[in-house]
Amino acid sequence: MIKVNNISKSFVNTQVISNISATFEKGKTNLIIGQSGSGKTVLMKCLLGLYDVDNGEIFFDEKKYDKDNISNMSNLRKQIGMVFQGSALFDSMTVLDNIMFPLRMFSSKSESDMISRAKEVIKRVDLKDSDDKYPSEISGGMKKRVAIARAIVLNPKYLFCDEPNSGLDPKTAIIIDKLIQEITVEYNITTIINTHDMNSVMEIGDKIIFLVEGKKIWEGNNQEILNTDDKLINDFVYSSEIFKKVKLSQKKKS
Amino acid sequence: MRIFFHIGRYFLMINYTFTKFTKWSVLKKLIIQEIDDLIIGSIWIVAFMSFLVGGVVAIQTALNIESPFLPGNLIGFATRQSVVLEFAPTLISIIMAGKVGSFITSSIGTMRVTEQIDALEVMGVNSFNYLIFPKIISLLLYPFLITLAMFLGILGGYVCSVYAGFSTSFDFIQGIQLDFKVFHVVYAYIKTILFAFILATIPSYHGFFMKGGALEVGKASNISFVWTSIVIIIINFVVTQLLLS
Repeated sequence: MIKVNNISKSFVNTQVISNISATFEKGKTNLIIGQSGSGKTVLMKCLLGLYDVDNGEIFFDEKKYDKDNISNMSNLRKQIGMVFQGSALFDSMTVLDNIMFPLRMFSSKSESDMISRAKEVIKRVDLKDSDDKYPSEISGGMKKRVAIARAIVLNPKYLFCDEPNSGLDPKTAIIIDKLIQEITVEYNITTIINTHDMNSVMEIGDKIIFLVEGKKIWEGNNQEILNTDDKLINDFVYSSEIFKKVKLSQKKKS
Repeated sequence: MRIFFHIGRYFLMINYTFTKFTKWSVLKKLIIQEIDDLIIGSIWIVAFMSFLVGGVVAIQTALNIESPFLPGNLIGFATRQSVVLEFAPTLISIIMAGKVGSFITSSIGTMRVTEQIDALEVMGVNSFNYLIFPKIISLLLYPFLITLAMFLGILGGYVCSVYAGFSTSFDFIQGIQLDFKVFHVVYAYIKTILFAFILATIPSYHGFFMKGGALEVGKASNISFVWTSIVIIIINFVVTQLLLS
C-alpha cells in the first residue's frame, strides 16, 4: 500500500500538483487519470522519488519515504518496478539481458539461477522467441512485455506504469492492461498506472484517482466513474463518441 | 553567470561518479565495451591523421628553410618537437573531442531522451557511476593512442621528407635525436591524462543533463564538442605555462 498526505510540487512559479492525498491499495490496479498536463506524470515521479515534493508525506507500507535516508531509499528502490511510457529498454542489450539487468545489479544469484528466473518471467509475460533480439528488432507490444518482465523480475512490492499502452493498437493495449492486472493480483503488489485511456479505465480500474490541474477532484472505481454526476469527470469520460453511446444506451435501459 | 551553474553541476557530477559504485562484475563488462568503442575504435583515425599531419609538418618545415646555413637535421628536429609537444597530445585530443566526445554525448543523450537514465535511477542504480565511470577508466588507455600518434607522426615526417627529397635519412634521424629532453615527453603525457579526463567527462555532462528530443541530442553533441575543445585549449595553455615556461 502507498499512502500520500497533502503532497504538492511546483516548478519555478507553476504549481503542478496541489495538496494531493490518496491511498493506493495493495493487490489492486490503482489508476491516476486526467487530461494531458493535469499532473499525472509529476505525481508519479514524486512517488518514485525522481522529484522532491515541496510539502506532504509519502508512506510505503506505513514506512515514511525519506530521501535523505540512503540505505532505506536503496532498499525501497529494489522493491519498485517501473514500466515507462516508451518502455525505456536498454538499446545495447538483448531482450534477455534487459530482463536480467536488475538481477545482475542487485541479486547475488549465480548466472544460471538468474537465467532461469529471467526465463520464468519471460514465460509469464508470454514473450516467445525473442531472447536474443535487440529492442529495435521487436514490436511495440513486445517491448511493453519486456518492460513488464524487467519490472517484475525482482518480485517488486510496488509496480508503477506510465501510460503502459500508449502507442499500441486497441487489442494489444487491452492485452497489456490485462497482463498488468493479472500480475498485480498474482504477486499481490501495489500497482499504480498513469493513463488517459478510457479503455484502460474500464478494463482494469480497480481504483481511480482523477486529477484536474494538479488537484485530485474524484476517487472511485470503474463502475462508479460511469455513474457519477461530476461535470468535469463526465466531460473527460464522455469525450469519446463510443462512451457517449454507452451512456445513452444505459439511460435507455434504465 | 549561468556558466557558474554549469561548472558547479559538472563538479557535482564528478563527485557522484565516484560514489555508490556499480557491482564489479557489471562494471568490468562496461569498461571492456568502452575500451572497444572509445580506444580501439579510434586507432585508425588517429593513425591516418598522425601519419599525414606528421608528413605535412616535415614538408612545411623543409619548404620554409631557405638559408643554407641551417643544418639539414632541422626538419627531423622540428617534426619531432611539433609532433611530441603539440600535435599528438593537443590536436589529436581536439579530433577526439569530435569523434569520441560526440559519441559519448549522443549515446548518453539518447538514453536520457528515451528514459533509459530514468529507468536506471528508478532501479536504484547510480547512473553517474554506471555511465561515466567506465568511460573515465577506459580513457586511461588514451596515452596509448597518443604514443601511436607520436610514433606515426614522426614516421610520416620521415617518409615524406626522405622520399620527397627534402632531407636524407641520416639527417632526419639525427634531427629526431638532437637535444632530446625526456621531460618534453613527460609534459606531453601529463597533458594527455588531463585531456583524457576532459574527453570522458565534459561530453558525458552534456549528454546527461540535456533536455528535449532527437534534435536536442544533435545540438548537445555540437555544444559538447565546442566546450570540450575550448577546455582542452585552456588546459593546454595553463599546463604549458606551468611546466615549460
